Amino acid sequence: MKILVCISHVPDTTSKINFTDGDTKFDTNGVQFVINPNDEFGLTRAMWFKEKQGASVDVVNVGGAETEPTLRKALAIGADNAIRVNTEAKDGFQVAKELAKVAKDGNYDLVIAGRESIDYNGGMVPGMMAKILGANFVNTCVSLEVDGDKATAIREIDGGKETLTASLPLVIGGQKGLVEESDLKIPNMRGIMMARKKPLNVVEPSNAEAFTSSEKFEKPAPKGDVKLVSEDNLDELINLLHNEAKVI
Amino acid sequence: MSVLVYIESENGKFKKASYEAASYAKGVADQLGTTVTAISINANDNASLGNYGVSKVLNVANDKLAKFNAEAYADAIAQAAKNEDAKVVVIGQTANDKYIAPILAVDLEAGYASNVVELPSSTAPFQVKRTAFTNKAFNVTNISTDVKVIGVSKNAYGLVENNTEASIEDFAPTLADGDFTVNVESVDKAKDKVTIADAEIVVSGGRGLKGPENWGMIEDLAETLGAATACSKPVSDMGWRPHSEHVGQTGKPVASNLYIAVGISGAIQHLAGINASKTKVVINNDPEAPFFKAADYGIVGDAFEVLPKLTEKLKEFKANNA
Ligand SMILES: Cc1cc2nc3c(=O)[nH]c(=O)nc-3n(C[C@H](O)[C@H](O)[C@H](O)COP(=O)(O)OP(=O)(O)OC[C@H]3O[C@@H](n4cnc5c(N)ncnc54)[C@H](O)[C@@H]3O)c2cc1C
Repeated sequence: MKILVCISHVPDTTSKINFTDGDTKFDTNGVQFVINPNDEFGLTRAMWFKEKQGASVDVVNVGGAETEPTLRKALAIGADNAIRVNTEAKDGFQVAKELAKVAKDGNYDLVIAGRESIDYNGGMVPGMMAKILGANFVNTCVSLEVDGDKATAIREIDGGKETLTASLPLVIGGQKGLVEESDLKIPNMRGIMMARKKPLNVVEPSNAEAFTSSEKFEKPAPKGDVKLVSEDNLDELINLLHNEAKVI
Repeated sequence: MSVLVYIESENGKFKKASYEAASYAKGVADQLGTTVTAISINANDNASLGNYGVSKVLNVANDKLAKFNAEAYADAIAQAAKNEDAKVVVIGQTANDKYIAPILAVDLEAGYASNVVELPSSTAPFQVKRTAFTNKAFNVTNISTDVKVIGVSKNAYGLVENNTEASIEDFAPTLADGDFTVNVESVDKAKDKVTIADAEIVVSGGRGLKGPENWGMIEDLAETLGAATACSKPVSDMGWRPHSEHVGQTGKPVASNLYIAVGISGAIQHLAGINASKTKVVINNDPEAPFFKAADYGIVGDAFEVLPKLTEKLKEFKANNA
């Protein structure tokens, strides 16, 4: 089985979110970039397929050279090859088209992406890629087994779970549950050394068109101070929730 | 040229989020000087959509669509959009909506903006505001395609009543075998339990509750308020509560009217996921806990003492205000 894992290069979850250039650009100053958490669960599941079922695992990112350390980290975790599509990621549609091309050219059986990236939260790349490829698609995937060319997946739905079956080729939008938090691997020294020698192929984009563009960013309005209520005066809290916030 | 809105139903019934999507579609239609057409699939109460400004309902009744199927649903909606020559297609942001929307956008060659929180600030160019960086910022996005798909966040635009007479027409999309290659084998959904996605109120517990045996307090409070229960990430990682209750940046998003956090410190990743909630209450014994900076109301106190008392008081309040 040939697996392609799509890796989004995102600010670490603790990053301060600020903007520059008249609020049109994300301020990367002092920001550490990581593998998008949803993608990391997927990558770790892919490593399981590699170990147990002899799958090959490639990782891909659409982005500039600055994303390469993130791809190297994925190689250090155990991916075989990395591919970087050398273009700025402009919107979900453009990225999906570029990724679909890589998936098609490489004849992958299984494409694992994250349900959303934690920076733009578009939640659209996996589904669009599947539709462009004409592949089956399972979103918010929390469990995945593959037997031959048949996959069994569990999808999180509002208030429960759904078990689905589909044949390969398959694209999933993955998240926590694909593997547990405790299964995530921190690359060891050997992995990091080996990753330096693994291929990281830079491919030129197909110049897919973006359908949306970012005009500007805004920060939420500052919040007022918390109103503290004494634990001996819970009636006051109920009063505030009922008459002021009007939520009970 | 109408605005098309997909109205999700469950067991034939619409949810609040469905009416919110209809309300939003009406707002966009007013801006564009047109009307709203809704498409519903195996729903019973189509006439009720008129209360939120829908003029026409395309009623799809098809046993093949009895089980949810993203590809087939997207296909049906795309055909409706083409029939209606809709330039704007509005959809909610439930788990199913988020599954359908990207497929639909490819079908329609449409730019798609998800997590939209306001009406377009301009329709030429077409500009919408959406959340980004998991609620830590907003992004104003231009959509440049002829047809646009907009995913409207729950509890953001809200419900806007608008009495309209809705005509109901049967609509029979042509479904191909290729629409049914992902099969639902089974659905496991707790009945009679409020889900985090639908809940108006969410009661959430963190590591401060010390162990799973203490969750009775959280459940009592939630039951009293008709709320859903949730938890912080470590609580689900340690197996105290199921993963489905994990909320935050890497868990489920919460956009309820009221979010009550008990024994949760308020880490940035937790807050990011729950910040879209309108009113936040924190109960924590450490006055320095960061959650106090994010909350509207706070109680500095021991959860083990405060919770039972609060639940009692709320029961009295409910009894008096029933
Ligand atoms: C990549 C990444 C992603 C993450 N994503 C998420 C996410 O999606 N959701 C999430 O929740 N976390 C997430 N986290 C974890 C997050 O950083 C925090 O570790 C976590 O939210 C802390 O959970 P907690 O508040 O329950 O526990 P703690 O931080 O341990 O806080 C417990 C709180 O309980 C209080 N307390 C103790 N005893 C009592 C008592 N008797 N009465 C009242 N209060 C008491 C304490 O004062 C303390 O404030 C993520 C972390 C990383 C690195």
